[in-house]
Amino acid sequence: MLGITLLVFREVLEAALIVSIVAAATRGVLRRGGYISAGIALGISGAILVALFAGRIATLASGLGQELFNASVLLAAVVMIGWHVVWMSSHGRELAKQMQTVGHSVQAGSSSMALLFGVVALAVLREGSEVVLFLYGLMAGGANNVWLGLGLGLAGGAAVGMLMYFGLLRIPMRHFFAVTNWMLVILAGGLAATAAGYLLQADWLPAFGNQLWNSSALLSERSLSGQTLHILVGYTDRPAGVQLLAWGFTVMVLVVGMRWMSRPRLLAVPATSSAEGAVLQD
Amino acid sequence: MKFWLSVVAGLGFAMIATVTIAARPTISLVIENHRFQPTELRIPAATKVLLLIENRDSTPEEFESTDFNREKIVMPKSTIKVFVGPLDKGRYKFFGEFHQDTAQGVLIVE
Repeated sequence: MLGITLLVFREVLEAALIVSIVAAATRGVLRRGGYISAGIALGISGAILVALFAGRIATLASGLGQELFNASVLLAAVVMIGWHVVWMSSHGRELAKQMQTVGHSVQAGSSSMALLFGVVALAVLREGSEVVLFLYGLMAGGANNVWLGLGLGLAGGAAVGMLMYFGLLRIPMRHFFAVTNWMLVILAGGLAATAAGYLLQADWLPAFGNQLWNSSALLSERSLSGQTLHILVGYTDRPAGVQLLAWGFTVMVLVVGMRWMSRPRLLAVPATSSAEGAVLQD
Repeated sequence: MKFWLSVVAGLGFAMIATVTIAARPTISLVIENHRFQPTELRIPAATKVLLLIENRDSTPEEFESTDFNREKIVMPKSTIKVFVGPLDKGRYKFFGEFHQDTAQGVLIVE
């Protein structure tokens, strides 16, 4: 049963950390609890579907369907996070100000927030499908205490996620969205690196150095802290060159995008906003 | 200058293409009763090989190695392919994530 608990914990931890960052980044958004729960529910349903069709997915792309599927899910999450952080860099300050003055009632309104709930669904889907396959195998094999192991693993992973969420909430409001935004940027870098790892495994990308270094003796990726860092910053104890490139490229693109969106705009007034202004004046 | 750049680029592509097309050594691995057969695989150093892993059990398994960074589900009664390497000489452990008590093996690169 310890084995079941550990495996479930491992998978749940990954999703839980991503959920807690999203929960923090959407602080102050109206009904975000509902959105996050919906994202998790969508992810679980998706995980069951993926597990049901795992055999079908595996045979796609002449046996490389699994790698391509995982890479696509990860890259979709990267794009969603990227869109959100770039959008936030021009609206985040207003949002923080609004929250300080009005308190907790910012309308989600923007599609950028909805994207983050999509990220929750994708994270749960990816990790969840493995848990479903694992549990299915156990039950088919007639193992004992499957539900207890599942419960304990779920509770443990969720607890670590909660711990991280409440830790993040202690960050002072003026720095809050800057910190969560940076965490999202780094998270996206890590997800892109993992996606590159899958494409390398499928032989779709060159390695550019199969193992650039080996820091497994220093910090193993299988340890709790190693795995936590793996999700939060993309830590890998034996990274391939192409993974490092994917990480650097993603972070660079997002940082440039954020800078560009938050540049002072004194002269260039977007046509749409002036049109809106005209409508409002009427 | 431009000419030489394109020559270098062309050669680069040609090299990558040859490396990808060149036939790879193929090695088979079987999962039965949640154990690997054989438990020891030997491959040459600095070579990319294709690992064919057949799961003869009626439950899914996940072939995984943190030592050489691979992770792939093997559905019941089916075979997966996993590209491995090129790796330096050494011993690289792999395991079945879903049955870690029994499914353990090592890849020896020599």
